Amino acid sequence: MRFTGCRGFCERGPIVTISPLGIFYQKVQEKDVDLILSETVKKGKILDYLLYEDPNTKLKALSEKEIPFYKAQKRLVLGNNGLIEPTKIEDYIGIGGYQSLAKALFQMKPEQIIEEVKASGLRGRGGAGFPTGKKWEDCRNALGSTKYIICNCDEGDPGAYMDRSLLEGNPHSILEGMIIGAYAIGGNHGYIYVRHEYPLACKNAEIAISQARKAGLLGENILGSGFHFDVEIAKGGGAFVCGESTALIASIEGRLGEPRSKQIHTVNRGLWGKPTNINNVETWANVPLIIEKGSNWYSSIGTEESKGTKIFSLVGRVKNTGLIEVPMGITLKEIIFDIGGGPKDGRKIKAVQTGGPSGGCIPASLFDLPVDFDSLTQVGSMMGSGGMIVMDEGTCMVDVAKYFVHFLEEESCGKCLPCREGLKRMGQILEGIAEGNGDEEMLSLLEELSEVVKDTSLCGLGKTAPNPVLTALRNFRPEFEAHIHQKKCPAGVCTALIQYSISEDCVGCGACANICPTKAIVGEKKEIYRIVSELCIKCGSCKEVCKSNAVILQ
Amino acid sequence: MERKTVHITIDGRWLEVEKGKTILQAGREFGIYIPTMCYMEHLAPYGGCRLCVVEISHDGGRPFIDTACTYEVSDGLVVQTQTPRIIRARKILAELLVASAPNVKIAQDIASRMGILKVRFPMEDNRCVLCGLCIRMCYEQMDGKALGFSGRGTGRKVSMPFQTRPETCRLCRGCEYICPGMVVPSHGVKDPGELCGRCVRIEEIPTCCPMGTFGCFCDQNPL
Repeated sequence: MRFTGCRGFCERGPIVTISPLGIFYQKVQEKDVDLILSETVKKGKILDYLLYEDPNTKLKALSEKEIPFYKAQKRLVLGNNGLIEPTKIEDYIGIGGYQSLAKALFQMKPEQIIEEVKASGLRGRGGAGFPTGKKWEDCRNALGSTKYIICNCDEGDPGAYMDRSLLEGNPHSILEGMIIGAYAIGGNHGYIYVRHEYPLACKNAEIAISQARKAGLLGENILGSGFHFDVEIAKGGGAFVCGESTALIASIEGRLGEPRSKQIHTVNRGLWGKPTNINNVETWANVPLIIEKGSNWYSSIGTEESKGTKIFSLVGRVKNTGLIEVPMGITLKEIIFDIGGGPKDGRKIKAVQTGGPSGGCIPASLFDLPVDFDSLTQVGSMMGSGGMIVMDEGTCMVDVAKYFVHFLEEESCGKCLPCREGLKRMGQILEGIAEGNGDEEMLSLLEELSEVVKDTSLCGLGKTAPNPVLTALRNFRPEFEAHIHQKKCPAGVCTALIQYSISEDCVGCGACANICPTKAIVGEKKEIYRIVSELCIKCGSCKEVCKSNAVILQ
Repeated sequence: MERKTVHITIDGRWLEVEKGKTILQAGREFGIYIPTMCYMEHLAPYGGCRLCVVEISHDGGRPFIDTACTYEVSDGLVVQTQTPRIIRARKILAELLVASAPNVKIAQDIASRMGILKVRFPMEDNRCVLCGLCIRMCYEQMDGKALGFSGRGTGRKVSMPFQTRPETCRLCRGCEYICPGMVVPSHGVKDPGELCGRCVRIEEIPTCCPMGTFGCFCDQNPL
């Protein structure tokens, strides 16, 4: 029995699979364990009620392969999560782990490794998509004998958790990638920068490092090759901005986590003033694959400019949420409707927000768009770290823009004026629009301000912060205008612009009056109830609880 | 022998500049005005106020925006300080600055120099513009290390460690000396959204600048 890392299908967790039959049980409770052991494991009988049932076709799926959520995926990096116990190095070696390292150390020269990574077309998975091989080459060619290797696991986007799942579920693959990278670049010291809020990731990474040291995979003279490299963990205090490379370096050095001007790149002058190579968790996890199977194989997956697979966290208003790994170039439609299973409660899907707070909202009309670095940038969004939030008609775009701007306003370090003050003002304007106090002038000011914040901010956080607002304005302008001119929120979200009332369908059960937190619903049993609008805080509890659909939202 | 200068172009002017200088320093040397707030000679460039943004391109490449105070010159650099994109950015930045600290003279000065007469944001009254000059003064020139930033985002402020004066502070008052908020405050705001703007509204105060000297923007300018 193995306790594995995350299988990705969060919607249906906890998940149990039984090998070699590949039986896939979902939503397993403690009480089911005895039954699974006595029935399935001993007698080979399948427990029907634990199988996955497709909500669209009502068909039961026996194994992972039959489930639509997994069918369209290509789980190269994430797939091993389900096979190994993260705290056991033997498990990782058992599935062929550290073979790539041996190959790199004994059969390849550092330059060859860099050539291989360059040829594979691997681009940074942290979001910007900088070619990894090019970065390594620059760092290798940078002046100085001491070089640092950093793994960036300071993931903080709302709704994104793939880096965490990788570091928790398969820490050795990241270590292996880092050792190969260090050998290619010529670095002898590495850091894994992981946020303090990921205790399991910290713990598993620590265990992995000490196991690797014991096995001679880290430290002096790795596998007898004469190359030495060691890794330590640097814990971040949970500042979103520390995911930015220069802020991350400042944080490791013990300074305030703030970005600096990047005229001189970190590959030339990074940690402690030395050349430093920073890559995202997912990028590192891709490296062993490329070394093992070759750049030709790797570059056959994906599109012309974006190679390989990408992990997304698919969340929001779709049936199947969770971590998915798909080849680059797959369309948004396939992700949302095939893997995600389509809209949750029969509502129409309106948009998808990719790239977290730095990304943009892509409207349903563009769902045929292939998902790769460049096409997403073209429509004003970005790959980002890989968050994918699906929104339906019940989502108000003004509210979404407001949420992201407020998130970034709080997470901004406050060093530069446009990000600190600009985002605050953008938030105020959006707040005004959501409350029905907006006018046409505010809208144009918002647009102008967004452009300037984008142009002049110091680091990536500020430079991309207006993206959600700009794309929402571009693609969903009528919604903003409805807030301004008609003083209406079409999605029924902005509390200042909506009103609850009870229609004549009311059967007088009194359920709404019981649940109302402010006692704003009055009336007698068996008679039509009434909402006192002065007391109503528009929480929507009454609408949820009403069985006869008598509460109307206007 | 290695050449000690590089050739750059600022606003179409071909200039020979000492290596290692920033675009801002080069501009000042040749009398090209680039507005700044958080920059001070002999202190490390900070790049926080972003007012000194300029458009930069290398060898005909795509122009990008960066701050003149942090960008070091190199051969073939082409800099534009007056493009519509830059002017728009400066105006908005000045507006943001003056809206948050209308009674700090430097904010008013910059706003009037940018020709702003009306602010479209709700006014606040901060005395600190978070330029960080005091911190750098203390750290770099006085070796005091007594000041630093605390908080994040809009909650950011200049503070002593744990809000108590550390032993390293020798009360040299370098921070006070350098602080732009310590200059005699502007006349302040009467109506929300109104700016001081005395120097640009010549018709209101014809004798605003009795000496007629360049750079004096308010009658109370102690300089």
